[in-house]
Amino acid sequence: MPVLFTQNCSASSFPIRKTMNQNDIRSSRTATTGRMATPHSLRWRSRIIAICGLVILLPIIMVFAMSVGSADYSFITIWKIILSQLPFIDLTDNFDVNELGRIEDAILQTRLPRVVLGGLVGSALAVAGATYQGLFRNPLADPYLIGVSQGALLGAVIGFLIAFGNQEISQFGPVPVFAFVGAIAAVLAVYFIARTGRSLPVTTLILAGVALGAALSAITQYLIIASGDSDLHSKVMLWMFGHIEDEWTKVLYTFPFMIVGTMIIWFYSRSLNVMQLDEEQAEQLGINVERVKVILLVCSTLVTAAAVAFCGTIGFVGIIIPHTVRLIWGPDHRFLLPLATLVGAIFLILADTLVRFARPFTGAEEIPIGVITAAIGAPFFLYLLRKKKRGTYF
Amino acid sequence: MLRLENITLGYDRQVILRDISLSARRGEVVGIIGPNGSGKSTLLRGICRILQPKSGRVLIDDSDIAKMSRIEIARLLAIVPQAPSLPETFTAFEIVLMGRSPHLKRFRFESKKDFDIAWWAMGITGTQEIAERQIDQISGGQKQLLTIARAMAQEPQLILLDEPTAYLDINHQAETLDFIKKLCYEHNLAAVAVLHDLNLAAQYCDRLVLLSEGRVYAEGSPDEVITEGNIREVYGAEVCVYPHPINNLPTTLIIPADSRKQSPEVFDE
Repeated sequence: MPVLFTQNCSASSFPIRKTMNQNDIRSSRTATTGRMATPHSLRWRSRIIAICGLVILLPIIMVFAMSVGSADYSFITIWKIILSQLPFIDLTDNFDVNELGRIEDAILQTRLPRVVLGGLVGSALAVAGATYQGLFRNPLADPYLIGVSQGALLGAVIGFLIAFGNQEISQFGPVPVFAFVGAIAAVLAVYFIARTGRSLPVTTLILAGVALGAALSAITQYLIIASGDSDLHSKVMLWMFGHIEDEWTKVLYTFPFMIVGTMIIWFYSRSLNVMQLDEEQAEQLGINVERVKVILLVCSTLVTAAAVAFCGTIGFVGIIIPHTVRLIWGPDHRFLLPLATLVGAIFLILADTLVRFARPFTGAEEIPIGVITAAIGAPFFLYLLRKKKRGTYF
Repeated sequence: MLRLENITLGYDRQVILRDISLSARRGEVVGIIGPNGSGKSTLLRGICRILQPKSGRVLIDDSDIAKMSRIEIARLLAIVPQAPSLPETFTAFEIVLMGRSPHLKRFRFESKKDFDIAWWAMGITGTQEIAERQIDQISGGQKQLLTIARAMAQEPQLILLDEPTAYLDINHQAETLDFIKKLCYEHNLAAVAVLHDLNLAAQYCDRLVLLSEGRVYAEGSPDEVITEGNIREVYGAEVCVYPHPINNLPTTLIIPADSRKQSPEVFDE
């Protein structure tokens, strides 16, 4: 992912041009208009360029990811096939008619949904992670913090037990539904436990999440052991590390949650900036802290739950992507959230490409994608930390 | 401008301040003094409605702030908190720019005008030099100045200060209070400042309110409020109060315990 560094540090320290002395400003306020040196706007420009660059990069990465697999299709072929799906464009003249149907099927029904799902899940986890970290003002917060993963896991296990008999994990069965319901139920429980009167203290919320999570994990473990099904344990393990499947139905079900949730989160990004001060200061600056907190919690939980329900708990994305973006482009949520969305998508697509690339070497089983994200993500993140060496970074 | 009518403030069932009435006019700096735990900060929290008064009303320009939205309040009054926590990776300029938040429509970015006002606010607080620095590379005193700059960027009618000079050296104490006072006169603002230092309070405030055990003990000009009797009664401290050699305002001098033994005549007074 070297492309990430193109904007690195380019605008981090501009000298301040002193265009006026203090007395000037003190005596006449209107005189300042139009004369201020705003290194700030330069920094904004570099962030906007970064967003545009990543928007262009994303489809290129997606097509690259689609070109990797059991049958190799060239970059150009994939572009032609995808663009030909648009009305009035037909670039498939020179393909063999028999070949075409097969290639189209492989690309549009297998590889495209997988890449799209990977991108959606990656951006969902990254944006939810960034939101939780901002909301809790805690760099260790991740999308699974307040009971989402434990709730989802319990739901998934119940789903597996119900689906006993037709155990195909990829089948669209009760597992995602139960995982989704489990995630939401766990967060709701945590929310109502932590709520005191009209306010929702952040520390209580985290503690309630940890405690309830432990209880749910215990129930999950008990269910696995009590079921006496040795298969179940390995299935649950696989689910825990995440897996991305090639089905349009999954994309269809996750898409609305992610788009709506992410949009709403983006809309509140300035409020989230002000809330970095502390709740009292934010309130005093006109932010309705309690309401923003609840809206952001609901959105990021829905987004995470949708991702977890279909792809399992893919670790590390929600911590590593927001921090990477923050280290490179700064903590302003108005840029952090869109950038995290894009970088998260690209990261998970690349990680999933690696999973598929490695399939010939790993035998029948796919490596769970969570293993890849941790294996790549952790060293990369440590490298960034060392490189910046700023002590605190949040 | 600001008028408190018999407000009672407290947390849960506990009452901290009972039946407080006070007012502040435009262009005036009102100082709130009192011993630790007398409810000075609570009073400020009550004025800006972070704490809902149990009874009584807070009026700004004759309109009740209980009927205003949070944003409307934020456009009218700014508060400079004591020891504010600021996020460490934001730059100083970004923090000051947050003061523009109540004036921005949702989903809008700051305009040129907002940048200019923030830059102006940094100018009057003398923080332009550190504008691009990150908060974790800034001293406590500079943070204090930044929060004052942020409050000024809000373009408030009323500014509430909670110990604005707590982390400042003597020069910055004087400078900060000088410009707060100047701002009040020039921009016709009202200021309510909680101050620990009785001398600063006497020098810079037009009126003082002395709180004791949740009530107003004395109110008036510095001369009326800062007397040896009042200080002894409210703080339980032995002090001498002398007129300042230049402007005759009351100046409080503490008497250490050993000095009291050596010169009993002062003690007897």
